[in-house]
Amino acid sequence: MALSGFFLLFFLLQHLTINFISVISVDGFNATSHFMGTNPIVQIALQPVLAFGVIFHLMMGMRLELQNRASRPIKYAMNKPAENSSWMSRNMIITGIMIFLFLGMHFYDFWIPELNVKYLQGDMSGLIDPMNPDSGMRYWEELHHKFHDPIRTGLYVLSFVFLGLHLMHGFQSAFQSVGFNHRKYTPTIKKLSNIYAIVVPLGFILVAVYHFMTQS
Amino acid sequence: MNLTLKVWRQKDGKAKGELVTYQIKDVSPDSSFLEMLDMLNENLVNEGKDPAAFDHDCREGICGMCSLYINGEAHGPGRLITTCQLHMRSFKDGETIYIEPFRAAAFPVIKDLVVDRSAFDRIQQAGGYVSVNTSGNTQDANSLPIPKDDADKAFDAATCIGCGACVATCKNSSAMLFVAAKVSQFALLPQGKVEAKRRVLNMVKQMDEEGFGNCTNTGACEVECPKGISLENIARMNREYFSAAITSEE
Ligand code: HEM
Ligand code: SF4
Ligand code: FES
Repeated sequence: MALSGFFLLFFLLQHLTINFISVISVDGFNATSHFMGTNPIVQIALQPVLAFGVIFHLMMGMRLELQNRASRPIKYAMNKPAENSSWMSRNMIITGIMIFLFLGMHFYDFWIPELNVKYLQGDMSGLIDPMNPDSGMRYWEELHHKFHDPIRTGLYVLSFVFLGLHLMHGFQSAFQSVGFNHRKYTPTIKKLSNIYAIVVPLGFILVAVYHFMTQS
Repeated sequence: MNLTLKVWRQKDGKAKGELVTYQIKDVSPDSSFLEMLDMLNENLVNEGKDPAAFDHDCREGICGMCSLYINGEAHGPGRLITTCQLHMRSFKDGETIYIEPFRAAAFPVIKDLVVDRSAFDRIQQAGGYVSVNTSGNTQDANSLPIPKDDADKAFDAATCIGCGACVATCKNSSAMLFVAAKVSQFALLPQGKVEAKRRVLNMVKQMDEEGFGNCTNTGACEVECPKGISLENIARMNREYFSAAITSEE
């Protein structure tokens, strides 16, 4: 759980960086997207690792949840869990499943169209019109257009709130899981955890809101 | 004080069990929670009814026998205390108090509020000891210099009384805090290092076989533990476990 969690935390930073480029520079975003979408190392070596990381995390999370549910067949009639633990720590499976549902939407929005263009239509050019080299790159246009829809933008924002809640517990929890708990450093890790869990999802939200607000 | 009690009653391990409501009058706010239950049982016996079974022994917070999930918390409200150290002044006159057994698949109910915590004994037997030859030539413990910090941490871990509040509290019924305390008290000391690898592997294996859940670091155990056993011990056990799992030949 912790190792895949760390890996995903790292991936998220990389993803956010590329998203930010879409705010700063249309050309820069097009170039990066084209590179990520066509570079063999990224596509053949890194992409399967990421897919494995996500699926492993998901499957282990489900297994963990099922085992843990089975370990208390009779529930308490009166229970006050809020007295001793945070909502985030108790609802990782809920926030996790919300992230999973988001991933479904995200793949439908970006990954499936991408597969269609690149592999079914065989167009690896990255151009809006593959017949016309002057038509410009398609990636930024496609991204920008997705955030035309207020409902989609809203769902996107909401998903990142769930991600933030997941990470508020997950980030610092992963350290404890791998055995890192130190009187000197753990308080700092907990602060970093909160900062990461707020700043990174907020970054994704801001990029989405930026594209929504700048629709023409 | 007059109180309404909702007490879990269950004839034996196989019976279904239910919460039964009792009224109890004139409880002294200075009495302990267990004394209040003694009163209840006296009333029940006088009425010709079966008294409610509950665990207790020392009644001074050192044996770990008393259990009970009181008003939604292990050992009731209040921190760093066992049920026998809980007093009725922590409750309000007229209050309704829920009294349930510790719940976990690994802690089956024997009768009413008494649960079987022998899973903890079996975990201890799997490695929670140091093999010392006691044939009369035992070495003086003080002949081994031990840094004060390590001695303190080992002692803190050793204060665990095996009550099971950590399991009862944990949303996953995980026994990690207990096992971590028992692993740490030895792992920190030179006497314990000899068998450290085998100890942590065997104790964790036994813990899993007993059907306890997995730790997800909610931290609830640390808050409810009557002895304030720290989560640092769980991290230490994780470290011990990983390195033992990688380097052990078994
Ligand atoms: C596919 C959707 C996801 C599901 C179903 C999911 C589910 C879970 C579950 C059940 C846990 C363990 C429960 C716990 O520790 O309380 C967990 C832990 C964690 N998750 Fe996720 N998660 C998902 C996505 C993510 C993503 C995208 C990230 C990071 C970018 C992430 C980061 C973490 C971290 C760091 C932990 C803590 C690991 C530990 O304490 O050992 N998760 N997740
Ligand atoms: S760790 Fe604390 S709560 Fe758990 S058994 Fe030991 S004393 Fe009881
Ligand atoms: S009866 Fe011994 S600790 Fe409560």
